[in-house]
Amino acid sequence: MEIVNPCFSVLSNFEVLESLKNIKDTKKKYGLRNLATITYETLQYLEESPCKHQNRDVICAFIKDMQPYKLTTNELLMMVNDPPSSALHIQLLIEDSEERLTEDQVNEIIEITKKHFPGPPAESS
Amino acid sequence: MFALAELKDTIRIAPEQFNLKLVEAIRDEINRKLANKVLLNVGLCIALKDIVSLKDSIILPGDGASHTEVIFRYIVFRPAISNILTGKIRNCSHEGVHVTLGFFDDILIPPTALQHPSRFDETEQAWVWEYPLEDGGKHDLFMDVGEPIKFRVSREIFEESSPIGPPTSESMKPGTSAATTSTAGQAGESKTPYRIIAAINESGLGVLSWWDQQQQEDDEAGDEEGEEDNNDYENDENGEGAYEE
Repeated sequence: MEIVNPCFSVLSNFEVLESLKNIKDTKKKYGLRNLATITYETLQYLEESPCKHQNRDVICAFIKDMQPYKLTTNELLMMVNDPPSSALHIQLLIEDSEERLTEDQVNEIIEITKKHFPGPPAESS
Repeated sequence: MFALAELKDTIRIAPEQFNLKLVEAIRDEINRKLANKVLLNVGLCIALKDIVSLKDSIILPGDGASHTEVIFRYIVFRPAISNILTGKIRNCSHEGVHVTLGFFDDILIPPTALQHPSRFDETEQAWVWEYPLEDGGKHDLFMDVGEPIKFRVSREIFEESSPIGPPTSESMKPGTSAATTSTAGQAGESKTPYRIIAAINESGLGVLSWWDQQQQEDDEAGDEEGEEDNNDYENDENGEGAYEE
């Protein structure tokens, strides 16, 4: 076993959810007990998280709308995985948010998040 | 919190799997080898994402199996330092608060990284945040088992735990199989291959209901100043109940 690149790219929770669902659907009848365990447990965790109600288009649109705020990839990823609902939440996800964002911008971000990730009731299909 | 790791390995396909398509057989073999295992300095392996390239398969003298060098990408759980994650409290002890994500259990919040001031309640076996009130008193916020909790990853620790690894462990002897299994058992008990040390000593972190409550209170305070006191009290008593409604 050789590690070519331990972090080739980062994945959002949604992407992981998607891949794991595929694996679960094409389930093998034999052997792979470890895979079944970890797939099941991870799916359970992800289905309780906000990414259950996301899809590719929504995430792309969200990232596009967030462009003007000059956030790092990592910060954006965290916001997609855990859409912020309050100013306090944004402060946690973004380093030095007081210096980098004005109060109005913080409110705008909350609005954008609400628009793209309305949560369970609106999108539970 | 998840990442793709690019790995290279030579996969042995036993003759009984020759009826399968090569790619399928290799996918299974890789998953069998890696799923739900920790790879040193890479993370907890979850599932195979895709195969990047396959080299020509070769056979070795005296072995009916085929060997194929393959480069592939694997989904691994490895949150970056300073990421914020949400998990559930597994249990509390003097060491701190143990948190689980369901698929990953080895997350510890040491006492020094809890909200300040916190104390360990012996009778309840739980950590308590002594939230200071305006009148100089304090309000005890318990960290009960099973409650969802938000935390920041502050450190990751990888440890070599397998006896089959590089020959650093002196206990490893090429003796009988019984000896090897017993050392494997001991090593498994004493060492955790991948641990995360987390912190919740920032506002907004900790048990989710702490902050939900506060937001509710803030909202209510904004709406109707007069009723603030009553609501305060009700919310505190209900705790989880209010949250569920």
